[in-house]
Amino acid sequence: MNDTKQLSTKQQSVLEPQVSVKDLSVFYGEMQALYDIILDIPTKRVTALIGPSGCGKSTFLRCLNRMNDIIEGAHVTGEILIDGEDIYHPNADVVALRRKVGMVFQKSNPFPKSIFDNIAYGPRIHGQKNQGILSETVERSLQRAGLWNEVKDRLQKSALELSGGQQQRLCIARALAVDPKVLLMDEPASALDPRSTAHIEDLIDKLRKDFTIVIVTHNMQQAARVSSRTAFFYEGRLIEVGRTKELFTNPSIKQTEDYITGRFG
Amino acid sequence: MWKEKAIKFGLMSSASVSVISVALIFLFLFKEGGDFLSSPGIGSLFDTRWTPVSFVNERFGLYPLIAGSLLVTFLATAIAIPFGVLGAVYIAEIAKPREREILKPFIEILAGIPSVVIGFFGLIILAPFVKNVFGLYSGLNALSGALLLALMAIPTIITISEDAIKSCPKSYRQASLAMGASRLQTLWRVVMPASLSGIIAAIALGMGRVIGETMVVLMITGNAPQITASPLESVRTMTATIAAEMGEVAFGSEHYQALFIVGIVLLLFTFALNIFSRLFYRRYGNRS
Repeated sequence: MNDTKQLSTKQQSVLEPQVSVKDLSVFYGEMQALYDIILDIPTKRVTALIGPSGCGKSTFLRCLNRMNDIIEGAHVTGEILIDGEDIYHPNADVVALRRKVGMVFQKSNPFPKSIFDNIAYGPRIHGQKNQGILSETVERSLQRAGLWNEVKDRLQKSALELSGGQQQRLCIARALAVDPKVLLMDEPASALDPRSTAHIEDLIDKLRKDFTIVIVTHNMQQAARVSSRTAFFYEGRLIEVGRTKELFTNPSIKQTEDYITGRFG
Repeated sequence: MWKEKAIKFGLMSSASVSVISVALIFLFLFKEGGDFLSSPGIGSLFDTRWTPVSFVNERFGLYPLIAGSLLVTFLATAIAIPFGVLGAVYIAEIAKPREREILKPFIEILAGIPSVVIGFFGLIILAPFVKNVFGLYSGLNALSGALLLALMAIPTIITISEDAIKSCPKSYRQASLAMGASRLQTLWRVVMPASLSGIIAAIALGMGRVIGETMVVLMITGNAPQITASPLESVRTMTATIAAEMGEVAFGSEHYQALFIVGIVLLLFTFALNIFSRLFYRRYGNRS
């Protein structure tokens, strides 16, 4: 295991990382889910996390905005710095963290409220009451998520009336409404049809100019299409990380090669 | 083939029992009470006094009984809603598993206490207490009745509201928490609105239990048929009237028929309550 650790450390050379993870381990009760992860995530780039089911990539993602906190018995050691601040420091502000680090889930989960109220939810819980500002934020967020033209005439309709792909873009817009710096996406297209998936991928391509994006995906073509860096997880360990093109064409570790060529997983 | 038909018929008749029962109950209430509507006539029901056994002036006004039922029901519901809904919130969202294990059985026990026992408790403990606190001549009044009825409605409201709150999808909570909302904000702005239809249904069912409850109100509300909005006055509900008078009424008399009319009105109230909760449920109920 020492070899991999050194190797992934060697491949770390990232200029100005937005997120810097050091010796991160996660336990669910007795079970260890992640082992000593060291990983830097570059600013305003798309980083893909790949690996077979249960390899810890989703657990890793959920550490970045401390969503593991709500799982009973979850326990985290190590350090995660976002913009230089340790997010697991005892005095860290979880609300501010989650505002800075937005999240999009595998299954689209709009609230059973109107489209407008869905997008305005984040600003409102953070104290924004001005109707004019809320309307602006809603429009800007929907524009950014590429949904504005489809829904501008029915903002007061229930978000549940939208199609699956539209709902997922709505969830992205909702996450964008609080101006996050980092966007975490947990298999955001895995429940969608190919056209909607293409839509989401186009959207990610646009968003990477303004946001640091970390995306978990099962789909290796997707990782290859949307990301500039890819990290391969296996059995709770970070096996290899590097530029997507290099990792897919010339992996330096056997396990990575076996996985991306479809020999397991 | 015949076997399958027989099974189907058996199942269908089991399912139809409740429908047929409701129809029959309505039918017989009208059959027994219907004559009252022609003589002495429907107009006499709109009297303000219920004095069915007076020698000089028999009156069958329903207003005092309806007023009594409504006063007790609304008071009891108003008392039960905060305890019931907040209790459900605590059990569903905040309580630790250990606490839940202690709370739930007690709520079930409370739901299972026979109403006559609750009435007995009220008579011995609560009524004297109410009497002393408010300095009254008697503690047998609408407030005492409502307090006990609230006690009986709370388990219904808690149990059904808790189900409604728990059935709120986890993904809503995750989405809210991931936006930086606190647990309380998530509860108040996402979970509660999403569970509202179920909570309204729970309250309506609790109200149904209260308006139909007989033994407690008979024992504890003082049974004075008067029109009042004061919780500290004695009142008489529709249910208590039927229970108290049906045993001694002359079969087929006007009084006898009037009691069946009271039964019909009571049934209409519970019907209305049911339809209301269903309408509400349909309007807010589709969340997936």
